[in-house]
Amino acid sequence: MSASDPVDTPTVTDTTEAQTATVDTPLRRFLSDYCDSPLAVGAAVVLFLIILIAIFAPWISPQDPYDLAVVSIFDARMPPGSYAMDGTPFLLGTDGAGRDLLSAIFYGLRISLSVGVAAGIIAIIVGMSVGLAAAYAGGRTENLIMRVVDLQLSLPAVLIALILLAILGKGVDKIIIALVVAQWAYYARTVRASALVERRREYVEAAACLGLGHARIVFRHILPNCIAPLIVVGTVQTAHAIALEATLSFLGVGLPPTEPSLGLLIANGFDYMLSGKYWIAVFPGVALLITIVSINMVGDQLRDVLNPRLQK
Amino acid sequence: MSEPPVLEVSDLKTHFFTKAGVARAVDGVSFSLARGEVLGLVGESGSGKTVTGFSLMGLVDAPGRVVGGSIRLGGEELVGKSERDWRSLRGRKIAMIFQDPMMTLNPVLRVDTQMIEAIRAHEDLSEEAARERARAALARVGIPSPDERLVAYPHQFSGGMRQRVAIAIALLNEPDVIVADEPTTALDVTIQAQILYEVQKLCADTGLAMIWITHDLAVVGGLADRVAVMYAGRIVEEGPVGEVLDGPLHPYTRGLIGSVPSHNRRGRRLTQIPGMAPSLLALPPGCSFAARCPRADSLCTAMPELVPTEGDRAVRCHHPHRADEPAIEGGSA
Amino acid sequence: MSKQPLMRLDGVSKRFAKRLDTAEKIVNFFGGDRREEVVHAVDRVSMDIADGEVVGLVGESGCGKSTLGRVVAGVHAASDGKVFWRGKDVSTLSGAERRDALLKIQMIFQDPMSSLNPRMRVRDIVGEAPRVHGLISAGEVDDYVDKMLLRVGLDPGFRMRYPHQFSGGQRQRVGIARALAVEPDFLVCDESIAALDVSIQAQVLNLFMDLREELGLTYLFISHDLGVVEHLSDRVVIMYLGRVVESAPTEELFAGPNHPYAQALLDEVPRIDTRKRVFQPIKGEIPSPINPPKGCHFHPRCPHAFARCREETPALREIAPGRLSACHLNDG
Ligand SMILES: Nc1ncnc2c1ncn2[C@@H]1O[C@H](COP(=O)(O)OP(=O)(O)OP(=O)(O)O)[C@@H](O)[C@H]1O
Ligand SMILES: Nc1ncnc2c1ncn2[C@@H]1O[C@H](COP(=O)(O)OP(=O)(O)OP(=O)(O)O)[C@@H](O)[C@H]1O
Ligand code: SF4
Ligand code: SF4
Ligand SMILES: [Mg+2]
Ligand SMILES: [Mg+2]
Repeated sequence: MSASDPVDTPTVTDTTEAQTATVDTPLRRFLSDYCDSPLAVGAAVVLFLIILIAIFAPWISPQDPYDLAVVSIFDARMPPGSYAMDGTPFLLGTDGAGRDLLSAIFYGLRISLSVGVAAGIIAIIVGMSVGLAAAYAGGRTENLIMRVVDLQLSLPAVLIALILLAILGKGVDKIIIALVVAQWAYYARTVRASALVERRREYVEAAACLGLGHARIVFRHILPNCIAPLIVVGTVQTAHAIALEATLSFLGVGLPPTEPSLGLLIANGFDYMLSGKYWIAVFPGVALLITIVSINMVGDQLRDVLNPRLQK
Repeated sequence: MSEPPVLEVSDLKTHFFTKAGVARAVDGVSFSLARGEVLGLVGESGSGKTVTGFSLMGLVDAPGRVVGGSIRLGGEELVGKSERDWRSLRGRKIAMIFQDPMMTLNPVLRVDTQMIEAIRAHEDLSEEAARERARAALARVGIPSPDERLVAYPHQFSGGMRQRVAIAIALLNEPDVIVADEPTTALDVTIQAQILYEVQKLCADTGLAMIWITHDLAVVGGLADRVAVMYAGRIVEEGPVGEVLDGPLHPYTRGLIGSVPSHNRRGRRLTQIPGMAPSLLALPPGCSFAARCPRADSLCTAMPELVPTEGDRAVRCHHPHRADEPAIEGGSA
Repeated sequence: MSKQPLMRLDGVSKRFAKRLDTAEKIVNFFGGDRREEVVHAVDRVSMDIADGEVVGLVGESGCGKSTLGRVVAGVHAASDGKVFWRGKDVSTLSGAERRDALLKIQMIFQDPMSSLNPRMRVRDIVGEAPRVHGLISAGEVDDYVDKMLLRVGLDPGFRMRYPHQFSGGQRQRVGIARALAVEPDFLVCDESIAALDVSIQAQVLNLFMDLREELGLTYLFISHDLGVVEHLSDRVVIMYLGRVVESAPTEELFAGPNHPYAQALLDEVPRIDTRKRVFQPIKGEIPSPINPPKGCHFHPRCPHAFARCREETPALREIAPGRLSACHLNDG
């Protein structure tokens, strides 16, 4: 009787369900979750605009602020809303050398962002490899690596960068090195923590049962599941890197004057603060602030969205 | 039997207002509980058992809300009480035991501190008297050398002991009703048996009434007097344990019982209920079991009511089985 | 049983040592007394599993069932003792032979969520290993995956889905399809249905029984649910604190367990066909595997314990054809 029961056939499948299933990819879920907070969407839009500006600075700036043929010292320190002698407006005024401040900020964003992002990417790669190696190797190797990481994290990043730059000198490459050294440990710790959790999951054991190689297990199975926290830490740390670079440049140990990042612009304008020419320092400062705040807000929302514990 | 029930729940509705829609986790649940009675509440995962328990304790948190119905405990209406009133009721009149005893226990406080606090929250008692009562409660749930155990921290206990301490805490103020939410699911068989043994004795000796939430029909069979089967937020069948397990009326109950491996069907295929429970957010109109039900027909697009049948039973189905059909097809062989 | 067993364990032990960390070493330096803790998760277990047999492995939490299963599946290497696969000591196998032996034994896990990689589609979860091992070519992956999905009763239309888009029972089927994809002879099922709803458990149990018939699989079925084990197994092995205490054909065991622990365990199990019974539990807690009692591990809880039990470990001996038990009472 039970054998002839129609519900008892071994291949009970829900065919209808397969057809009506929505294409619910992780990306789609992620986007819909991200858009929950209008504030975060706003921040993402602002950040996107900032990135566009940084990429297209040479084409959208009213002036090439570093073309000596265009810049005239007679236009120096003009307040926001003035006009050049040839009639081009200086929306945000000009700096001490007569450069259009808006253009200088666009170019400054370009430099600040590229230094920050380059440092971030290299630090992620270094930190990720070290963290994965530590988690997968375990034992003594892990202990050694993690002691170095702890040591590094116990020192303030500014201090590390300052010491390094004092030794290395100025230069784009030098500051990137300094930023990477100051930040890789955050990534290493993050990746190790999530890799340790993932390594104990049963799917890793299943992969071992299926005779898959170590490299495949680490890179194809474990790593993709550690990406989410890495993205979160990555955004926040990139904001830190940009701020750190600005600080160092402001202190005069970061980028050379030939690479005028936002930090350098602020430093240059700082001299004029007391004489009431606030805009030369304040506008680059505001640009820096908006950049960092928007990155951090995006990072916060990413953390909420990507946090597996908050997911249903 | 003429005694009025301690707990009477009627048409209880607890809904969750989520982004994706309204989840009717508990949707019109009614039952009553007499003194000393154990009611087994069984059902698929997500059918609303825990939410029912939380509603009885006034513990439903946002986005959930009790949106209707009534809970009468000893004649007193609980729905609509303020949080303050709830706090004075909880522990004193009705208490809950969770699957994870650490929901009840604070890991950084000694057991005696926690127990004495729990007593003195409701009663003006001297510390000595409170300690004595705590000791007695531990002894009653079968904890050996309760004096030593009183001064221990929760992490010094094994899982089963911890659960027994949690039960002892629930007993401290001699509530009328205890809601136990899968308290033995995480425990080993022999430890589970120890706890079931203590609970059984307690209910018989003190007249304590219990709601025992579980998905294990076998535990219900051994422990409970009555059983209520939940599916998708509603009770689909209710009645005395023996009658329901031996002659289930509802097709879901039948499928559930047929799914459990048992002595006399070794090696044979089990009855399987095809498909899975529907999402509470997209319940079909009519009977929510229809998509999986072998008896479903056009009538079932209308929601059946929970109708009383003979022998103090009730079933929510347009085409119930007969009570004298054997629970398991071919099982009598 | 003159035939060579498919799998033979010979005195297999598995120990886990919890090493001292730096803080504890410092404590010791100042005169503290922190020792390395060694857990004898599996203690000198020997057993044979015949081709096509279903062996149920039961016992309480922490008694070493999962660890033994992992040793059998080749995930853990044994600390001591030998594991023979089709008569060959696996520790002496090399290269391709070893890989083949590994692939022939697959595990089905408890948690249907964490046993599937959340970032991979079903197609990759099921198709990866056969593709990597060259069982199929890249072009055949889709067809092969479809075949596996059909075999476990899933719609091939699910191929491009991610694990979170399935219900628990369906996920468990995906896990089974993944194991079947490398054409195993032997499945180690570690609590494979414990996390599922009762009605879904039946679906998966039926699937296991169907697969056994269709593919002639051998199973080591680990569970704490005696009802399930009784339903499925030809033989039941009962463990207590790392040791096997009884091993018997299922019907004989359930008709009359020999070992006092087996007797107690069988008594305790609530059964759906018993009503309003009075529970009469064995007293006492399960001891810690870090400091197991001397002699017979069960003696602090055993109602029949006598002096010898506290001193001497009972050996697992044959008490009837095909029945083994480890209790001094059998020396009569
Ligand atoms: N905080 C919440 N927000 C939204 N929905 C919820 C929430 N809590 C519970 N639910 C919904 O209520 C339903 C009932 O859940 P409940 O926990 O009562 O199930 P259960 O019967 O106890 O299941 P289990 O056997 O798994 O414990 C679930 O389908 C769940 O989706
Ligand atoms: N990787 C490990 N490292 C250290 N100890 C371990 C490890 N795996 C298991 N153990 C210990 O070995 C003992 C046996 O564990 P095992 O998981 O095999 O038990 P089990 O019988 O499967 O229990 P359960 O029913 O809870 O799954 C336990 O005391 C456990 O703490
Ligand atoms: S009402 Fe209809 S669909 Fe629902 S359980 Fe009864 S027969 Fe099945
Ligand atoms: S050896 Fe002794 S203690 Fe162990 S089970 Fe037998 S009688 Fe009990
Ligand atoms: Mg629940
Ligand atoms: Mg286990």
